[in-house]
Amino acid sequence: MKRIEANHVSAWYGTFKAVEDVTLAIEPKQVTALIGPSGCGKSTFIRTLNRMHEVIPGARIDGEVLLDAEDIYASGIDPVSVRRTIGMVFQRPNPFPTMSIRDNVSAGLRLNGTRKKAELDPIVERALQGAGLWKEVRDRLDRPGASLSGGQQQRLCIARAIAVEPQVLLMDEPCSALDPVSTLRIEDLIAELKDQYTIVIVTHNMQQAARVSDSTAFFTLEVAGDPGRLVEVGPTSKIFTKPDDERTEAYITGRFG
Amino acid sequence: MNMSKSAQAIINPSVLRCGRLGPGQAVAATAGGVALAALAFWLTPLQGRAGFLLVTYLAGTTGYLLAASKIEGRRSVVDRLAAVLMVTTVGICLLALGSVLIYTAVRGVKALDWYFFTHSMNGVGPRDDAGGAYHAIVGTLQQVLLAALFAVPSGLLVAIYLTEYGTGRLASLVRTVIDVMVGIPSIVAGLFIYAFWVLGLRRGFSGLAAAMALAILMLPIVVRSAEEMIKLVPPALREAAYALGIPRWRAILRVVLPTASAGITTGVMLAVARVTGETAPLLLTAFGFDSIQNDPFSGPQSSLPLFVFGQASSAFSAAVDRAWAGALTLIAVVLLLTVAARLVTRRNRLV
Ligand SMILES: Nc1ncnc2c1ncn2[C@@H]1O[C@H](COP(=O)(O)OP(=O)(O)O)[C@@H](O)[C@H]1O
Ligand SMILES: [Mg+2]
Repeated sequence: MKRIEANHVSAWYGTFKAVEDVTLAIEPKQVTALIGPSGCGKSTFIRTLNRMHEVIPGARIDGEVLLDAEDIYASGIDPVSVRRTIGMVFQRPNPFPTMSIRDNVSAGLRLNGTRKKAELDPIVERALQGAGLWKEVRDRLDRPGASLSGGQQQRLCIARAIAVEPQVLLMDEPCSALDPVSTLRIEDLIAELKDQYTIVIVTHNMQQAARVSDSTAFFTLEVAGDPGRLVEVGPTSKIFTKPDDERTEAYITGRFG
Repeated sequence: MNMSKSAQAIINPSVLRCGRLGPGQAVAATAGGVALAALAFWLTPLQGRAGFLLVTYLAGTTGYLLAASKIEGRRSVVDRLAAVLMVTTVGICLLALGSVLIYTAVRGVKALDWYFFTHSMNGVGPRDDAGGAYHAIVGTLQQVLLAALFAVPSGLLVAIYLTEYGTGRLASLVRTVIDVMVGIPSIVAGLFIYAFWVLGLRRGFSGLAAAMALAILMLPIVVRSAEEMIKLVPPALREAAYALGIPRWRAILRVVLPTASAGITTGVMLAVARVTGETAPLLLTAFGFDSIQNDPFSGPQSSLPLFVFGQASSAFSAAVDRAWAGALTLIAVVLLLTVAARLVTRRNRLV
């Protein structure tokens, strides 16, 4: 079970600074929610935690991100291994369109060449069960992943992410493209998964943050064009009842901007 | 007070209604226009078949659109006009395509029999009602497949370089070179291989030389179409692959390329179809040969375009019949290759 510590992380897109000086500890076996107005750098920050930020041309970061005391940005660290340890689920469900449901789930393992075909089936089943999708798809594992509904596709993406057995799961607004019923299913799933994974979830839905998370970090930006900053972080119950900062309070109570 | 249109629509439901041009009315209006045009040709000194077709077409369309404007209003006229234009254009294209196919088929079947597919032109004179295109079919298949073998993998690699890795000077240089290559006349590609390989390196005429010339023509088409198709793959799929800890090269090979494979195949088949019919560069590289030459690596070889060219240049009807049969075979070969390629990529795609 891994703990993540971000120390003085700043992130740029070319010359534009999107996130400034974020220092934040993410505890294991907990759900940490990142909330804040749109454009304040939540996505950018969460992507610095598994080195997905640098995939974008011209993007770079400053500061350090410790995964159990090891800096994932230290020289000699392989970003590919980092991403195997810290999985990610995106805002829009993005199953691989050329692959069946089964192949989508085992994609991480197959494409890394780490497992033999025969070993894959039980892993696929376990991952789909973990994502609460097994019962719905067990008799159509060979259908294309894109044939599922939006909510099912998102759970397929979660199954795909946990099939590679990461230590940490990052979720960037995993429910914002889904209907309320699918959203509740995924929230239940997050509650189950937090026994096994360290989870970070970005959400712009305050009720969702209150429902699923143990601690909450509030980001904001002063004016458009400024970098986003971390305002405060604490136990979710505290952030939502008596936050230290008045900007947090304004945002929580809907008096933002 | 002035009431806005939408407000009126809410209060007065009849504003939502409009006339509908029924099929009977449409046919009647069109027929009226056509009849007027026919009358004009009958009563006035107007004449000429092409003129008659054009005038009746325009008059029929005008009648149809007038009726639409009377009954349905302006927006619908524009809509129907666009529809008429599209249907007309599609019809003209199909007519052109269909007449080429049908004419070739009608002329081609005459000399087309089992004998034609199993014999060469070895020892057959232009007047003889014998001989076949076996040697040419073998030549075309070998040359085109070899050309594809050269051009498709390298073209794909260039396209991957351009989309995934190419930034800066080198990439724009490569892109410019590829653009220039698109414009190379086919005879120039043949001439280049002739000067460089056939004469310069003293390799002589061969199917291989022909394949190299054809590969030069295929390469830019493959690169450009593959590049466009790879660009269309959503970045989200790449990110999903990276986030699973899949290295970049594997993500390209196993996620990006399969997703783009249908489009890439279309591009490859376009390139194959384009070069299968090439004649000029083959004159300087494969040269042509009347007997069966199963070895593409040494000695002159025939091909279907060369066969058609040779037979069609003759004045004798037996030879001309063979030329048409060869042309029909050429169309069939391209068609078969296209269908085969579709079947291969179909397996890659679910749905
Ligand atoms: N790929 C990118 N290139 C340039 N700027 C970007 C890119 N992605 C995000 N940004 C900018 O970075 C800032 C933070 O964006 P983001 O992290 O997506 O915010 P959030 O997820 O909190 O809505 C925004 O100003 C946004 O315009
Ligand atoms: Mg975001």
